[in-house]
Amino acid sequence: MRHEVRFSGYGGQGIILSAVILGRAAALYDDKYAVQTQVYGPEARGGASMGQVVIDDAPILYPEVADPDIYVIMSQQGFEKYGVRARPDAVMVLDADLVRSRPACRHHEVPATAEAKENLGREIVANIVMIGALVAATGIVSREAIERAVLDSVPRGTEDLNLRALKRGFELGERACNL
Amino acid sequence: MQGNAACAEGALAAGCRFFGGYPITPSTEIAETMARRLPKMGGVFISMEDELASIAAVIGAAWTGARAMTATSGPGFSLMMENIGYAAMTETPCVIVNVQRGGPSTGQPTRAAQGDMLQCRFGSHGDYSIIALTPNSVQEMFDLTVKAFDLADRFRVPTFLMADEIVGHMRERVTIPDAVDVTSRRPLAEGCLPFEAGNDGVPGFAPFGLGRSVHVTGLTHDERGYPDTTDPGAHDRLVRRLVAKVESARRDIADYEVTNPDAETVFVTYGPPSRTVEQVMRDRPDDSIGHLRLRVVWPFPEFALQEFGNAKVFLMPELNMGQMVREVQRHVDQPVIPLEKIGGELHTPAELVRALEAHR
Repeated sequence: MRHEVRFSGYGGQGIILSAVILGRAAALYDDKYAVQTQVYGPEARGGASMGQVVIDDAPILYPEVADPDIYVIMSQQGFEKYGVRARPDAVMVLDADLVRSRPACRHHEVPATAEAKENLGREIVANIVMIGALVAATGIVSREAIERAVLDSVPRGTEDLNLRALKRGFELGERACNL
Repeated sequence: MQGNAACAEGALAAGCRFFGGYPITPSTEIAETMARRLPKMGGVFISMEDELASIAAVIGAAWTGARAMTATSGPGFSLMMENIGYAAMTETPCVIVNVQRGGPSTGQPTRAAQGDMLQCRFGSHGDYSIIALTPNSVQEMFDLTVKAFDLADRFRVPTFLMADEIVGHMRERVTIPDAVDVTSRRPLAEGCLPFEAGNDGVPGFAPFGLGRSVHVTGLTHDERGYPDTTDPGAHDRLVRRLVAKVESARRDIADYEVTNPDAETVFVTYGPPSRTVEQVMRDRPDDSIGHLRLRVVWPFPEFALQEFGNAKVFLMPELNMGQMVREVQRHVDQPVIPLEKIGGELHTPAELVRALEAHR
């Protein structure tokens, strides 16, 4: 089945990297097909940033995201620019503290940035917390695949920190789903 | 892997050991990858002062015997035109990658287009011919780059990989073989003059430093390579050979896919719009839609159109205001409808379905 996942936040949060990691997990470690694309421009750093991934069991023909069924939103501006028109049956995982609005579709509130800053000690891993929550909430890829993709993608020496962030994300995702 | 990185890996696998370029969005990752990888492989990366100098450096490197390439986008491509003609006239094998973006001028740096398709064929002055390939996936960014080096060497002609921002920046799984076959260029035979062609119109190649003295000039020249600029016959013979060596090998160079050859409505595509057509065909499996997908657009394989014997209409989605559609129109009697789109986004499946319903 074809899934279209859109990540949005502000430049510098690792939005595009999040899309790359999810695509890598699907294409290299879950034996699915994935295409990752992005919108970027000179305004990216600090402005609204967006990356997206198509994941399918079959080879992907049309490579772009037309109408996402899954969203990961990490800023209010990102929500307004890329998330506000989510279709009613979409699922949205949002950073509870950075996004004020709430969509009409099913959504999971995850305090990823607060968690990264206060309990993990590094705000920069907030995107990895979000990825963990996304995987726990949707099962879009397996936990083993996302773990390997994260390890492939982060700088040497930060593997433990990122794995802790991912696992914390799994827990927060599970908790958000049970609410 | 990203498409631009796959292109660079394809070049390295094909034995490219020289890159001269000037970085420009959305092609920059090709230069970045080559800058990182080439020095470790005994190759040379030079960041040149502009694109005209970049292609000049590539031509010089090719004449030392190296497989050489450059990569650019629209504004840089325009600057290269003068020396692309020089490469055609001097029969210099080289690969030029154009990751197309919206134009004219500096246009849309981060958006996709296929607006340089006629420029790559006719952009430099005078009569000449070239080869151009159009990838539609990250895998083809690798595979067709390898193929471009092969064709450039076989025909001694500047060969273009006409990519775009979509395939340049998208990431997909790619399979990289341990080794690729690259036809070695034919050396200049003993007793042959440097520009004396065989039956295929292609002279053997004698790069500098291997003992043969070769005069290389952009002026009309004889088989020795010496200028002969006033004799109408000399010019006629040379330029007709430069064109014929590519055009007469059209069937050999051609690379295309035919789907549903009995269909009455036929899409003709190259590059990413082909993927939208494939999506439409998967979504509507009962529909009898034909599809001709070109991986080589120049020399144009007009015979491929004849494979659709029942065609009543050809539809041609392009990311420009109708460029290759002219080439299709002049080879068939049926109506050929341009489905033009500019602004940087790929045709959606819904848009092509609407076009299908409007024109069948």
